[in-house]
Amino acid sequence: MKHYEVEILDAKTREKLCFLDKVEPHATIAEIKNLFTKTHPQWYPARQSLRLDPKGKSLKDEDVLQKLPVGTTATLYFRDLGAQISWVTVFLTEYAGPLFIYLLFYFRVPFIYGHKYDFTSSRHTVVHLACICHSFHYIKRLLETLFVHRFSHGTMPLRNIFKNCTYYWGFAAWMAYYINHPLYTPPTYGAQQVKLALAIFICQLGNFSIHMALRDLRPAGSKTRKIPYPTKNPFTWLFLLVSCPNYTYEVGSWIGFAIMTQCLPVALFSLVGFTQMTIWAKGKHRSYLKEFRDYPPLRMPIIPFLL
Amino acid sequence: MGRLTEAAAAGSGSRAAGWAGSPPTLLPLSPTSPRCAATMASSDEDGTNGGASEAGEDREAPGERRRLGVLATAWLTFYDIAMTAGLEQFSCLSLRSSWDYRWLVLAIAMVRFYMEKGTHRGLYKSIQKTLKFFQTFALLEIVHCLIGIVPTSVIVTGVQVSSRIFMVWLITHSIKPIQNEESVVLFLVAWTVTEITRYSFYTFSLLDHLPYFIKWARYNFFIILYPVGVAGELLTIYAALPHVKKTGMFSIRLPNKYNVSFDYYYFLLITMASYIPLFPQLYFHMLRQRRKVLHGEVIVEKDD
Repeated sequence: MKHYEVEILDAKTREKLCFLDKVEPHATIAEIKNLFTKTHPQWYPARQSLRLDPKGKSLKDEDVLQKLPVGTTATLYFRDLGAQISWVTVFLTEYAGPLFIYLLFYFRVPFIYGHKYDFTSSRHTVVHLACICHSFHYIKRLLETLFVHRFSHGTMPLRNIFKNCTYYWGFAAWMAYYINHPLYTPPTYGAQQVKLALAIFICQLGNFSIHMALRDLRPAGSKTRKIPYPTKNPFTWLFLLVSCPNYTYEVGSWIGFAIMTQCLPVALFSLVGFTQMTIWAKGKHRSYLKEFRDYPPLRMPIIPFLL
Repeated sequence: MGRLTEAAAAGSGSRAAGWAGSPPTLLPLSPTSPRCAATMASSDEDGTNGGASEAGEDREAPGERRRLGVLATAWLTFYDIAMTAGLEQFSCLSLRSSWDYRWLVLAIAMVRFYMEKGTHRGLYKSIQKTLKFFQTFALLEIVHCLIGIVPTSVIVTGVQVSSRIFMVWLITHSIKPIQNEESVVLFLVAWTVTEITRYSFYTFSLLDHLPYFIKWARYNFFIILYPVGVAGELLTIYAALPHVKKTGMFSIRLPNKYNVSFDYYYFLLITMASYIPLFPQLYFHMLRQRRKVLHGEVIVEKDD
């Protein structure tokens, strides 16, 4: 059996970092990364990006050496992706924050509002309702992270956790401050408005249904990608019109929350979230189109027929 | 061909740091990441778009020259000349030459005023229309980035232009009592000299005739002008604080129907504080650009 030789060069400086000889032809990139870590322990596999061309795309962990367009001496270029952190850790941290922070404002912990309001309770029903909805939402997200989601990537760059947490925690504090404020003004149309919002919260169930449907597309521990299709669950029928109905339902839920609380910061948070989710949905939609020739043409990324 | 590449590379290098050379007030994004919009899409829930680093991998290699069409070059040249040139009706002088330098007009108007009146009081009032017109017109630079005839990031230019407009419209225009502060003259002088140098640099780069001294000026004047401009801006905002507090301008208080509040006073305090992290970043970025362009040093950036 012919053995391969692999040399690994730095993508920026072209410095020779590592030379591996007697590499099996059916070795995967993941195995090569493990070998590389042995000589450079500070670069654990998750932070290695190996590619055939210094400016090209990263090779996947599953790629097999034999199937790559290389001779028996393969040259790979290495780029350090920086310190990495697992997706699960990031999600848990960024969702636990808003859950906890909102409650600080709800219970009017000292030093937020004036001293005479410490540990007092709002006289508006909608404020209590809002706390329940907000908390439920983030508990749902935490549970989904632990038991439902199947991530494509194990890790992301470490600096993302600071960026993401600032976003989630900052907005949660900003919204919670006004909703739980002693001078909070309840919605203009009173109970009617709140009931409408509660009806809109059915989107939470929709969002959960989509997460479950996506999970069922992918066996545990795998990274396969398949086109999602509607199932028996009516909420998944939105897949007929949209690539990422989970985002659609999420935007719906936050609009509902904005209607319920009639709070401008909530509306702004919904708008920013919508913008970000649209960017993600468009990217996802494009990936689907690139990967699957027979992708349903009627589908739009996030809003049926429009966006 | 060599000169074209050099001038264009210098041009695109400076466009890539398009805000540089003029003391901006706010720039919350890292100046070393021209495609900041790419990093926003980093934490996709399903992970197929990958991390920020992978978004970065697909960015153009830095220094890759944009090939401008003839039309785009012509428009940019016209714009740069127009920005240095003035429009007759807004100038208090009537220079008959075909090149009324916009910022030169402002500079001359300021010098003339000082020579005639011997004081800076009333100076802002006399030039304010021209200043507001031209600084607002700079919004066009964001359009240049949006339609892609200039390789600078839209966000970087947007923040730069917004911060200038903030200074002009939300501080000096709106808070009349501070218009006669010395600090106003300070940043006006800094802006004026920087802009004259910067637009001359762009104009000559586009036309392929870049005298060395203009390049030298563009990459050396900022060493003094940046701190001077920032000092002027900060002192002006500081002077405005008591007036803002007293009048409660631009502010919304609770309770109100939309359950939101905004305090312009604290907003200004936060703005002033934001100079502390931002200014050194910009300054050192310009210093690195300077070493690269003037001394031909090869600097390997941390984040490609």
